[in-house]
Amino acid sequence: MSQTISLPELDANRPLALPLEAEQTLPNGLTVLAIRRPSVPLAEVRLRVPFAKAELADAAVLAQTLFSGTSTRSTVEIAAELQTVGGGLGAGIDPDRLQISGNSLVSGLDRLLELMAEVLDDAVYPEGEVTTEVERLADRIQVAQSQPAHLARVALLKRIYPGHPYAVQTPSVEDVRAVSPEALRALHARRLHPAGATLVIVGDIDPEQAVQTAAKRLGGWNGGGESADLPPIPPLVPGPLLLVDRPGAVQSSLRFALPAVGRTHPDHAALQLANMVFGGYFSSRWVENIREDKGYTYGPHSVIEHSVAGSTLTVSAEVATEVTAPALVETLYELGRIAALPVREEELEQARQYALGTLQLGMSTQSGLAGLASTYAGFGLRLTFLAEHSARLAAATLADVHRVAATYLAPAVAAPVILGDAEKIQAAVSAIVPVTVESKS
Amino acid sequence: MSTETSIQIPRTAYEVERFTLPNGLRVVLSPDRSAPVIGVAVVYDVGIRSEPQGRTGFAHLFEHLMFQGSANLEKLAHFRHVQGAGGTFNGSTHLDYTDYFETVPSNALERMLFLEADRMRGPRLTEENLKNQIDVVKEEIRVNVLNRPYGGFPWLKLPPVMFDTFPNAHDGYGSFSDLEAATVPDAAEFFDKYYACGNATLSVSGDFDSAHARMLIERHFGDVPARPAPSRADFAEPDLTAERRESYVDKLAPLPAVASAWRVPDPITDFAGYLPYVVLAEVLTDGDASRLVERLVLKDRSVTSVGGYLGFMGEPFEVRDPTALLLQSHLPPGGSVDKVLVTIDEELDRLATDGLTAGELARTQARMATHLLRETDAVLGRALRMAVLELQRGNPGLLNDLPHQIAEVTEDQVRAAAAALRPNRRASIEVVPGGNQ
Repeated sequence: MSQTISLPELDANRPLALPLEAEQTLPNGLTVLAIRRPSVPLAEVRLRVPFAKAELADAAVLAQTLFSGTSTRSTVEIAAELQTVGGGLGAGIDPDRLQISGNSLVSGLDRLLELMAEVLDDAVYPEGEVTTEVERLADRIQVAQSQPAHLARVALLKRIYPGHPYAVQTPSVEDVRAVSPEALRALHARRLHPAGATLVIVGDIDPEQAVQTAAKRLGGWNGGGESADLPPIPPLVPGPLLLVDRPGAVQSSLRFALPAVGRTHPDHAALQLANMVFGGYFSSRWVENIREDKGYTYGPHSVIEHSVAGSTLTVSAEVATEVTAPALVETLYELGRIAALPVREEELEQARQYALGTLQLGMSTQSGLAGLASTYAGFGLRLTFLAEHSARLAAATLADVHRVAATYLAPAVAAPVILGDAEKIQAAVSAIVPVTVESKS
Repeated sequence: MSTETSIQIPRTAYEVERFTLPNGLRVVLSPDRSAPVIGVAVVYDVGIRSEPQGRTGFAHLFEHLMFQGSANLEKLAHFRHVQGAGGTFNGSTHLDYTDYFETVPSNALERMLFLEADRMRGPRLTEENLKNQIDVVKEEIRVNVLNRPYGGFPWLKLPPVMFDTFPNAHDGYGSFSDLEAATVPDAAEFFDKYYACGNATLSVSGDFDSAHARMLIERHFGDVPARPAPSRADFAEPDLTAERRESYVDKLAPLPAVASAWRVPDPITDFAGYLPYVVLAEVLTDGDASRLVERLVLKDRSVTSVGGYLGFMGEPFEVRDPTALLLQSHLPPGGSVDKVLVTIDEELDRLATDGLTAGELARTQARMATHLLRETDAVLGRALRMAVLELQRGNPGLLNDLPHQIAEVTEDQVRAAAAALRPNRRASIEVVPGGNQ
């Protein structure tokens, strides 16, 4: 009864359609981008403020206490006022920026922005609330330090960004405990300003009207303060595999850092495609090899990470301790293969369709669009980049992909790190590549 | 009486078209042409609670086998055909259902229907694929449970405290020995029994024309052999009459944690009785203005985080009876679990006795509306929810009504729900930290 049916062809693709938007830079330096996506009666907001070189522990605590009170409202009152319009706001940091993210029923957008402005103008960092949040953050960091994915990332960042602010992205528990309300107020006064910041609003809105609402609520935000620029990331230095000991680990965390380029670099589209063919999506050589053929791992992935100071490609897999060396061999093999031999036409076409299709998927929700627009804005780009990038993806040739693979994906340019039980894996891994060991401090 | 109606709860108007194919497959279509993408979901009425004794983790292992090829698809073909069409895919195993789904640009509709229909006729079950996927699942369990702190807390750790029967109490990820003992004939039998098209729903949402989609669905699914749904087992258990509390040492965890659960009314047959508990969980834990965050995190500092939700997998509208309201807390170093549990009891008492403050219920309901609308903004969020609502309730249109039904829950109902969460009906599990000590 299993009749043979052939795979249906795809219908004609619908072209990429960019949403209606409005943009205005206010006199205080804040750029407002409002984008119409009326799919549900909500609004998404993302405020991105440059925050490079802010002191790590202070910045981390500031993000946790920004909504902890103003001169007229407590933490609970701010949260309750937001909830009243179906809203919520939160802040997060990375080495490039502070971001306030939130959403509400669209009828509450004006109120949401009003409360955001109130906090930006008048956050007071009350002593008691700061103490509470300091302890919560210290506990969270302690928990993170027991998570292999976190420990592997810490080791990788330290290795690939020596001397750069990106080398350490999580503050120590001691530094967090030393943060004072005065330091937070000072950091806020110095750095939390509209110059260079971007507010993205996406939702069931009239973009022009939303820009006016934002101008009314945030136009008075103090335009003073300082900014800071990051030096470019250091060139990636390949070398021996760094083995970080985690006694008793039942899995090894395998990481490779490789060089990459920014979104607007002429090699970017081809590198994105080459990475996909290698290991950047499920139907890639590396995933089919180490998961679907060998069963060494569950969720291996390979991604280009873009930061303001530079881009890096990271390859990650959690593999059973006993197959650490064989998994390393297969990873080196797949990197070497794509660097040495051209990919096949059908592999490139499949990766290209995936890259183009997932652009459409990423734009299809309000939160997806808001995230894209805000991230792009942090790099001086607009949603029109989607159309330009689509064209470059469509134009990349087999030769382009082969050339970039040889340049950026070659094992010879990789910086490898493994976090795992050194006693069990060191001998086998050392038989494959030179190894230096970092024991657990 | 709470009478604040400060903000209007909006209503969505997603179209819903339902029909059943002659072979018994139930179909839900929800066209929305606002973005050139579609979500496709096929949901089977079988989950963790249905797996046989001695085969813990089998429903999930079988989910993996559904991706390993079928009559017209070699191993790896499914992934390549979805991703090669610009889409994403996955599947997941739940207590009461197993779902398979894709999000793709809308020009790939027919291809997705072909892929789902082909495996609905039957997956390729081979020794080699089974062995490979047992290895992959073991790595998944190592990543998510064994190699990390708080692995499986509380969704795998609390059910055996609260429940006594195998379907409700056992480890749904499975023991390595049970997984390794799984055979190809086991898989064939599981497919025959549960993966009947009469036991499934198909849902498509997004950018398509209904009449065209219906024609394509009839073309691809029409000849899937009709097999009736098996009669669904009764998983009922009596409510607790005395408190249950257990603890375990987590060697990787640096700090204590505790989770408690109380049984709630049947989510399907007593939806009106169940909804107040969904609202109560948010009144207690949604954001800094919620009862338990304000008391435990901000005032007492006896916990560093607290969360509350319905169902052990946190899916209030996709679970059947027996299920529970859960509250889970992470504690600071040296924190007292006893004190946390006593304080939660106090706060529940206070809520039951004194009621809500002005505006408290309305603002919680407004925020819940935002959460629900956000979840359904993605085409796949709609397709999945509608598929499960059809499967479990025959009512996919409930998706449009949920924000308003939640807004209609009254203060008295929330107070009554809080009053029902008594210590003698509570099951708790405590994580004793064994790491960094």
